Amino acid sequence: MSDAAMKYESVIGLEVHAQLLTNSKIFCGCTVAFGGEPNTRVCPICLGMPGVLPVLNRRAVEYTIRMALAVDGHVAETSAFARKNYFYPDLPKGYQISQYDRAGEPISLAGGIEIEGEDGPRFVRLRRIHLEEEAGKSIHNEPGYDPDLSYIDFNRTGVPLMEIVSEPDIRSPREASAYLARLRQILQYIGVCDGNMDEGSLRCDANVSIRKPGDPLGELVEIKNMNSMRSMERALEFEIDRQSELLDDGGRVVRQTRLWDEEKRETFPMRSKEEAHDYRYFPDPDLVTVEIARSWVDEIGEDLPELPDVRMRRIVDEYGLPQDMARQLTEIRARADYFEACVSHAVGDAAGGASGGVAGDARTVSNWMLSELLRVQHENHMNQQTLGARIPPDHLAQLLGQIKDEKISGKIGKDVLDIMAETGKAPAQVIEEQGLVQISDTGELEGVVDGILAEHPDDVAEYRAGKTKLLGFFMGQVMRATQGKANPKMVNELLRKKLAGD
Amino acid sequence: MANLIEMAAHDLAPRIKSGELTAEETAREVLRLIEEKDPAINAYLAVDPESVIEDAQEVDRRVAAGDTTGPLAGVPIAIKDAICTKGLETTCASRILEGFVPPYDATVIARLRAADAVIVGKTNMDQFGMGSSNENSGFDVCRNPLDTSRVPGGSSGGSAAALAAGTAVLALGEDTGGSIRQPAAFCGVVGLKPTYGRVSRFGIIAYGSSFDQVGPMARNVEDCARLLGVIAGHDPMDTTSASEAVPDYTTDLKRGIEGVRIGVPEEYLAEGLDPSVKESVSRAIERMESLGARVESVHLPHTEYAVAAYYILVTAEASSNLARYDGVKYGYRGEDGGAPAVDAPASSGAGVGAPAPAPEDRLDAMYGSTRSGGFGPEVKRRIMLGTYVLSAGYYDAYYDKAQRVRTLIMGDFDQAFEKVDLLVAPTTPTTAFRIGEKIDDPLQMYLSDVYTVPINLAGVPAISLPCGTDPDGMPIGLQIIGPHFGEERILRAAYAFEEATRS
Repeated sequence: MSDAAMKYESVIGLEVHAQLLTNSKIFCGCTVAFGGEPNTRVCPICLGMPGVLPVLNRRAVEYTIRMALAVDGHVAETSAFARKNYFYPDLPKGYQISQYDRAGEPISLAGGIEIEGEDGPRFVRLRRIHLEEEAGKSIHNEPGYDPDLSYIDFNRTGVPLMEIVSEPDIRSPREASAYLARLRQILQYIGVCDGNMDEGSLRCDANVSIRKPGDPLGELVEIKNMNSMRSMERALEFEIDRQSELLDDGGRVVRQTRLWDEEKRETFPMRSKEEAHDYRYFPDPDLVTVEIARSWVDEIGEDLPELPDVRMRRIVDEYGLPQDMARQLTEIRARADYFEACVSHAVGDAAGGASGGVAGDARTVSNWMLSELLRVQHENHMNQQTLGARIPPDHLAQLLGQIKDEKISGKIGKDVLDIMAETGKAPAQVIEEQGLVQISDTGELEGVVDGILAEHPDDVAEYRAGKTKLLGFFMGQVMRATQGKANPKMVNELLRKKLAGD
Repeated sequence: MANLIEMAAHDLAPRIKSGELTAEETAREVLRLIEEKDPAINAYLAVDPESVIEDAQEVDRRVAAGDTTGPLAGVPIAIKDAICTKGLETTCASRILEGFVPPYDATVIARLRAADAVIVGKTNMDQFGMGSSNENSGFDVCRNPLDTSRVPGGSSGGSAAALAAGTAVLALGEDTGGSIRQPAAFCGVVGLKPTYGRVSRFGIIAYGSSFDQVGPMARNVEDCARLLGVIAGHDPMDTTSASEAVPDYTTDLKRGIEGVRIGVPEEYLAEGLDPSVKESVSRAIERMESLGARVESVHLPHTEYAVAAYYILVTAEASSNLARYDGVKYGYRGEDGGAPAVDAPASSGAGVGAPAPAPEDRLDAMYGSTRSGGFGPEVKRRIMLGTYVLSAGYYDAYYDKAQRVRTLIMGDFDQAFEKVDLLVAPTTPTTAFRIGEKIDDPLQMYLSDVYTVPINLAGVPAISLPCGTDPDGMPIGLQIIGPHFGEERILRAAYAFEEATRS
């Protein structure tokens, strides 16, 4: 942030679009699955052909109510849809079915979420959450297409979008990031959006203005086309600097819509013609008013999954883990699910066996998850879901059980984990196939140790003369001789005994 | 058998079902009559003789095999071109949809096929339903078969004309502000606009979505009742369709109107009403009284605001409904005003000639030429009106206020139906006018909807049936209006009147 920017307070509001994880589109039965050959996931309804009518997907409303409940929004008793009229080739009806205050209530009003702010916790209020339909995709100048023509793919047309509009309560680009990350976390937790910004299932527009502290709100600029969390932060930083410099030079900020150019790292104004839209909203006569029964809202509330904050606190209490560890575990719902599933297996398997109890198991599981599993995930380019499929929680629990029972060493355990990630096999099978079972047979180990000591008489002498650091050298020799399979504790004891004894 | 197509559907279908007549001979006869008569009338826009014969033969095969057949077995039916028919060009009589062949049937078409009706062809209309004379057809003007210098009415003029000309036994119309009843009146046939929501709108090319309603047209009331029974009912594809059960409209059809309370809205017999229409309607009311109905005068006090409110609301909806005709996906596409884009350096100015237009400008040019060339003048007028009334700063003064008027007009009807069972009124202020007479005066044209439009604003059902002729011999329509889902009551009264006046 430039010095100029320091003098001003930035005021930011975000409009976030989340694609809902319904099976079918919002007004027809077509699949919402990402991808597909262009124009294969379409029907007369989402193509807006003459005479067709929309039929609202109840699940899309349910998901929106779920989100409303997760952020303490006020769910409307009746909600209505409106038409937003504008011409664009990828908008097949010439209007988008959306919701608009003047033409009926959105599904949810108010509510808010708490984020880590610049100076302590900040509560960002929400203005509304509403439903609308996605437009299609225009294709210009892409490989495989005639550069003299424009193409349209309607596969995305009609995918349900939930728009979450915040109040201008955000004060910095970093807070905007924190807010978006928090929203994404909640969306993923309650299972209504995959939060994937690369595929565009989560998108964000920002309204930015700056002012001297205490002044009324400044002129507002809308920024579009920010395709990742990082590009949003950059765009906001650029825009705040731009506005600050304008004001410092005695200029004025013009109310406009600007687009972020990720390559040039700057915002530029949209053509004024494109933004001079009068959308002529009016109630859509093809859709009846949505009646939202209190009992339905209650039902959805009862099935609402545990939210991230609540879960983090519970994990601290229940498993005795430190808060930052619990926060990392609950960052992604699938990770928290994995953790708890794994602990339940670990406890189950250890029942009546070795000591440690729930807390001990939980700490071990957590340590492994936040170090080894993250490493494996990273090295294999997996996300939490694919990792969980490759190494199910019970497999990790079994692996930790093998280590605990000294069937293998922790170090060998890491190698086993790598093989598990590659093959998806259970740890016992990997250990068996690779012959990695730890050597804990005293007789066998004694033979190896004796051999090593006999091979290095000079070192033995030095050790006995007081250079006890050489213990590590002997350990290494034994491990190498056994391909790492020797029980390190036993080897250690044997070496000490033999080196001290004779 | 020259009078085959003059038969009533309720007479024809049983004969086809019994094997006494065949669907094929009926189909061939209707095709012959269309070929003979239609060039002078232009009731039809599209006819596919092959599929007509095939569909008819299929009915005959099923009859011969002893399979059960539907209530309209083999009956030739004409379909307004606003209704999508799978595989048969559907244009709404507009050039902008020229060549559009729907890949789906409207729900009403699916129901007709299930009832074994034979779809003869698509009928002419004012394009997108916008007009009261058929002069706004994007193709040839449809003429009134009773006097070809006169209009058949609109917008379902082609359907009414086909019935009057004897080139169809039944027809489907679609009524947004009078588009079934007014042409029925002008052509001397029967047409019913059902309660809003009674018949599915799926596959009906939208004009004013909160008004549009498909309805039956026929040459007699009983056929209308039977056809309504086939097409009515809830449709999961149309959430605005009603879930009320569909009664058998023929059960009580012949029970008469003894004791039925009939209201005559005074506002509908006021100035502007042609004297011969007024006299005919008055005599019809007396006739109903003589059949045992109790007649009284009622008021619909907000009638005078109906036409204004209607033309605001319907054009607002139309401006949005017609936005999809942009030349991108189907139908007519205009020029985009540019050579294929080349990577000419715009700033170099090194003898490149005129710079190639930007893609955005070419898109705008394509939109402009498509919509200018594809839509007729009345459609453009209504799109502009509708766009205006929805614009920022005008919404409250026009759209919102008109919605409030609509609520008042609904209230008028609710109050009237607390006192009476049915309302009786003229369908139109005049009989069929001459082609060209009103086309340059849109306001006069709009005012010809004065008795039909309030019914669409209220969403109630109404029928028009013949009740006499003017001195030129042109038919006069009697309108019978019922409360929501009062179709049975309307049909019963219409049947009683029709029986009593049968010559």
